[in-house]
Amino acid sequence: MLRSDFIHAIKKDSDSRIFPDGTAYTGISVRTVEKLAEDFKTTGRHVEVSALEHQILPDRYARNMKTFSLQDQLLLLKSQVTIAGLGGLGGLAAEILAREGVGRLNLIDGDKFEDTNLNRQLLCTNELLSVSKVQAAINRIVKINPSIDIDSFDEFLNQDNAEHMIDGSDVVLDCLDNIKTRFILEKAAKKNGIPLVSAAIAGNTGHLTTIFPEDPGLSSVYGILADNKQKGAEDFLGCLSHTACCMASLECSEVIKILLKNGRLLQNQLLIADMAENIFEIIDI
Amino acid sequence: MLIHISVKLFATLSQYTPDSSDQYPVKAGSTVSDLVKQLNLPEKDVKLIFVNNKKGMLASVLNNNDRVGLFPPIGGG
Repeated sequence: MLRSDFIHAIKKDSDSRIFPDGTAYTGISVRTVEKLAEDFKTTGRHVEVSALEHQILPDRYARNMKTFSLQDQLLLLKSQVTIAGLGGLGGLAAEILAREGVGRLNLIDGDKFEDTNLNRQLLCTNELLSVSKVQAAINRIVKINPSIDIDSFDEFLNQDNAEHMIDGSDVVLDCLDNIKTRFILEKAAKKNGIPLVSAAIAGNTGHLTTIFPEDPGLSSVYGILADNKQKGAEDFLGCLSHTACCMASLECSEVIKILLKNGRLLQNQLLIADMAENIFEIIDI
Repeated sequence: MLIHISVKLFATLSQYTPDSSDQYPVKAGSTVSDLVKQLNLPEKDVKLIFVNNKKGMLASVLNNNDRVGLFPPIGGG
């Protein structure tokens, strides 16, 4: 492929558009991105990155503007986020990050869908019972945004594989379902120098924090790992869909702010939520 | 002498919420540990302690009008 031919084709197939606020931009449609990827035997992500580098906005991201700039969108497309756990938190996180255009998603979960996941896990449907959560996530992401490059591990994260699995990520998202593995993930993220966003839920309640490698992190939330059981209050209270979706959305907000280096992060802070009482508070930890 | 604090109990601890949780009386000089005993909370389930939006400890001494929040460990996803 000649780079000049490729860029010429992108420019030729883009058109002038109008944002809802009346300002103009140059856009390129979803179908055109697909066609160019096929014609030039490359990925949709490569087409979109090249378009954005020439101030051409893929239409699929038009409503991300102007909360995101073209440069922001380009940065997101070049970023890799690991989602560890693809249940109630991780399923929605995959959906949100794919739609917002985080270009490389790394998915980790060794589990398969079962009946008891249907109450809350976005990716779990009747037809997908017994199907691997990673495969369901891949299928969903490809349907939403085929420009996303996907890496995946259809296996459970443990202390032997964690560092390898998250290697190369810009942010790691803790969407796991037990306290012990959360500590394993945090240790690996710290070792690899990667920021971690961690949320946990039980019933109507949840909490969320953002941990940089130098931060005390989960020990500020749970104390010493040895003092904890594998599971917490969720074993008694269950996990509700509205709690999972709310906390997953907040996790994604932290991811985007870390990647774009803007906004206020929950670093050394814990956002606690109680949906029953409409309590949302930020605690210094 | 009594002081009054507000108490918010989360998740599995919420079942122990006292009637007067917004103006809950405790003895002056009481600690969070004393409060946990007064409310009959299982101490092993009191994992996260907040006093006025800052992390506290069982040994933290309570003052009049303090806002205390107690969370058990949660890890679900």
